[in-house]
Amino acid sequence: MTTLQFKNVYVQSSGCAVGPLEKAGPLGEYFTNAFNDNYCEESTFEKAERRLIKEAVSDTLKKGKLTTHDIALAYGGDLINQCASSNYFAKDLKVPFVSLYGACSTSALAMGHAAIAVEHLQMKHVLAFTSSHTATAERQFRYPNEYGTQKKETTTSTVTGAGAVVLGSKPAAIAVTAFTIGQVIDWNFSDANDMGRAMVPAAYDTLMTHFKDMNRTFDDYDLVVTGDLSKLGYAMLSDLCLKQRFQLDNKLNDCGLMIYDVNNQPIFCGGSGCACSMVVTVSKLFDLLRTNQMKRILLIATGALLTPVILAQKEAIPCVAHAVCFERKDA
Amino acid sequence: MNEIHLKKVAERHEPKRHKLRNALLAFVFGGLLAVIGQFAANFLVEQFQMKADESVTVVVLAVILITALCTGLGIYDNLAQWVGAGLFIPISGFANSLASEALESKSEGLIMGIGSNMFKLAGSVLTYGIVAAIVFSAIRYGVSLL
Repeated sequence: MTTLQFKNVYVQSSGCAVGPLEKAGPLGEYFTNAFNDNYCEESTFEKAERRLIKEAVSDTLKKGKLTTHDIALAYGGDLINQCASSNYFAKDLKVPFVSLYGACSTSALAMGHAAIAVEHLQMKHVLAFTSSHTATAERQFRYPNEYGTQKKETTTSTVTGAGAVVLGSKPAAIAVTAFTIGQVIDWNFSDANDMGRAMVPAAYDTLMTHFKDMNRTFDDYDLVVTGDLSKLGYAMLSDLCLKQRFQLDNKLNDCGLMIYDVNNQPIFCGGSGCACSMVVTVSKLFDLLRTNQMKRILLIATGALLTPVILAQKEAIPCVAHAVCFERKDA
Repeated sequence: MNEIHLKKVAERHEPKRHKLRNALLAFVFGGLLAVIGQFAANFLVEQFQMKADESVTVVVLAVILITALCTGLGIYDNLAQWVGAGLFIPISGFANSLASEALESKSEGLIMGIGSNMFKLAGSVLTYGIVAAIVFSAIRYGVSLL
């Protein structure tokens, strides 16, 4: 049993900040905090990423009428070595802080842990945030930004943005009801230009574990959203689910496909990054729950745990996926 | 879930690779670049009475300069995505790898940043260029002794 269930964890407030490409995408209307260029009024991309976290967190605190003094504990993570963006941001936050790394699955990992802290450690307000930036991630995992290689058809683009959530025990419209911690899966897939398909088995495994633990199927959800599987990974996951005779009924979607217009924006196969699932969750998914269009949504954030050095040593990419269930609660 | 089954499913979702289109674009664009270079070299020889080999050096330097400028202005990577090897194989690819890496590491300062990172990508071209030069000149020398 790897699914933890919660009875008293509610989303107190949430917020996000994004870059220009995300603002121009299909979810643009949800993003009130957006920057016109990827530097976000800062001098380096690393500072820009921190600026995005700062905007997202202050937006969240403002919406919840909270200050940093109300936050008992914070969880955060990003894609940069040593979780630099989160840790450097946390020095200004001045609250007990745990940085987490689960690649692009960090969003669900942080929210899940925050939920554990609220439910089991009786903390009143716990903050969870994640961020990613296309320029810092490219530099960390691939090539310099202006380097002219021909990117493959299977590539995904990292979302520039940050999202934050404050979870607490005070009843509110959205509740966090379950958290499935996934296991790391290695299926000897080593194409770093195709992280979408690489993460599918991990997403599938976590989804099946969640369904089994909770004794549910797709019928019990209004929407099941994966983190950043790209359109190829999305098709592959649908394929695997259909093989198990699950009825999808248009209930499966992917954050990376929701945040960008895959056909008209220059993003190849879809969005990725730990901001991808976080930003879509706090904007679109929470809106669907708040406006009562949906009752129960499962977020499966997927992460490819690759390291450029080990990849160059010809080892495969281990992947992980964590799931968090959000439910609409009527007062 | 076994690995072979997963690989089979993954294979079904293999995207269409545009190999032919990429090869054609690279051929046409790379060729076009060479033709323009040749015209420029001829122009230098005719108008400025330059020697043929000197004019080639000037053209190569001009390509490097234009590439570095385009890299800095953010045009190069978009163009390279489109024409691929047409820009990557000529000297422009080498110039771009230097310029892009220098731009990227600018924030870490002149020595530890630009200085030590500039040849990160181009380094292997230099290393194996030199190794190949030694090997082939040794072969040539060996042949000349026969």
